[in-house]
Amino acid sequence: MITFEDVSKTYGGQASGRAALAGVSLSVAPGEVFGVIGASGAGKSTLIRLINGLETPSSGKVIVDGDDVAALGVEGLRSLRRRVGMIFQHFNLLSSKTVAGNVAFPLKLAGRPDAEVRARTAELLARVGLSDFAGKYPAQLSGGQKQRVGVARALATGPKVLLCDEATSALDPETTEQILELVSGLNRELGLTIVLITHEMDVVRRVCDRVAVLEAGRVVETGPVEQVFLHPASATARRFVMEVEGPLGGVPGEAGASVDGRLVRLTFRGEATYRPILGAVARETGVDYSILGGRIHRLRETPYGQLTLSLTGGDVEAAIARFQADGVRVDLVGGAGR
Amino acid sequence: MDNIDWAEIGQATLDTLSMLGGSMILTVILGLPLGVILFLTGPGQMLRNRLANGVLSLVINILRSVPFVILLIVMIPLTVALVGTSLGVAGAIPPLVVGAAPFFARLVETALREVDKGVIEASFAMGAKRRQVVLGALLPEAMPGLIAAATVTAIALVSYTAMAGVVGAGGLGDLAIRFGYQRFQTDVMVVTVVLLLVLVQALQMVGDAVVRKVSHR
Repeated sequence: MITFEDVSKTYGGQASGRAALAGVSLSVAPGEVFGVIGASGAGKSTLIRLINGLETPSSGKVIVDGDDVAALGVEGLRSLRRRVGMIFQHFNLLSSKTVAGNVAFPLKLAGRPDAEVRARTAELLARVGLSDFAGKYPAQLSGGQKQRVGVARALATGPKVLLCDEATSALDPETTEQILELVSGLNRELGLTIVLITHEMDVVRRVCDRVAVLEAGRVVETGPVEQVFLHPASATARRFVMEVEGPLGGVPGEAGASVDGRLVRLTFRGEATYRPILGAVARETGVDYSILGGRIHRLRETPYGQLTLSLTGGDVEAAIARFQADGVRVDLVGGAGR
Repeated sequence: MDNIDWAEIGQATLDTLSMLGGSMILTVILGLPLGVILFLTGPGQMLRNRLANGVLSLVINILRSVPFVILLIVMIPLTVALVGTSLGVAGAIPPLVVGAAPFFARLVETALREVDKGVIEASFAMGAKRRQVVLGALLPEAMPGLIAAATVTAIALVSYTAMAGVVGAGGLGDLAIRFGYQRFQTDVMVVTVVLLLVLVQALQMVGDAVVRKVSHR
């Protein structure tokens, strides 16, 4: 659906300018929720604006729904923008228009007949649960309601792609939850492809299928959310994961304690999370364990758990093999033979 | 109140109102597009053009820096060419417009700058053409500021009309100068100034009421 081929963007001239993106390649499949996470200034905002042509690449190609965005003419770009909806951190609603007027705006821009505009507006307001607010002005709404107007407006022209530009960053946790639920629902029910940029790993964890980690204009890591989340390979990804979960679980030295035995990190996913594997393995192999750290949470619908253990006594190798046989991923985190 | 000729005051009031009305309409017709172009050609805007913006800005600054009394006089040949006379209400309107339009254009530019850039970006993201962005988003969003700018301009025009007496345009200000000041008729002075005050106050109140009406922030 969306492909970036070695895309760079430099502001203020090639030679002396500041590079916002450098050699970014990635692809987003149809129907996927794709997250881009990065600190402020990492280039997220530029990246998402390249998708609907609000920015043009300095080099490389951005291909959206079969079109090379930079090669589109004025009309082609307008047509693309009707196929790509966008919601914003600060909602960007027209304060001079009512809720209904805001939702109708993209339809009027597209020159749709009045009757269609009215019917479609009513349908969209019902979808986001704001039918009773049609005649109100944005200033009379709460942040969450404003963002729901933003979503309805973005959906007006029946897009295939929804771009979310830090769409929940100005909202409180409860409202964030509601908006993420709404966006996930659109993905499930309409098969909408969603690209969202954020600086919050929690948002990625709740709604994304895959994630790209952006650092100083470069993609430093990309993959399925559970992989990046449970086994972050880059320092940047580790830092984002630690922001939501705390330290990745009891690695000695961090705590200043010296621990005997073999240190392992177990990762449970799905049903394995709820099975009493740990006790069973201990009984069967005579291994003793102490828990140094752990986390249990959900990635979208999938529960997962991650434990850092110190294994002592008994048959450690057999215990590791037994865990693996049960579908638990085992990573050695050092400390062997101490 | 011996010196007061109410018929003359009535005529002067009418003259002031017709100068104000005529020049205000033309000021908006001329100044609004000028202000929009000034804004759109500015740095970072959708028609950014350093040369066009610089030239326009310079012309506006030149016109704004000429004292209105001087403008009245240096414009006489142009005024005659435009309206056939440099005298009376008709003769005052061209210099009034040339004096007020650049002022209004600057105020329009300032009002447009107050519009949230995010709203403009969102309009483009929805597939709007430039013309649709300007007419459908930029101007409606700036409407409270534009109305306030028009109010300030109308009130400035009221004081300009007083000077238009120099070219025999008549009006309340002219009456205040010729009779109230030059002939020491204090009563005429007081009556004309009170009428001007009422006019200014009325303009401000109407302007403020319209701003409240169109503002939904």
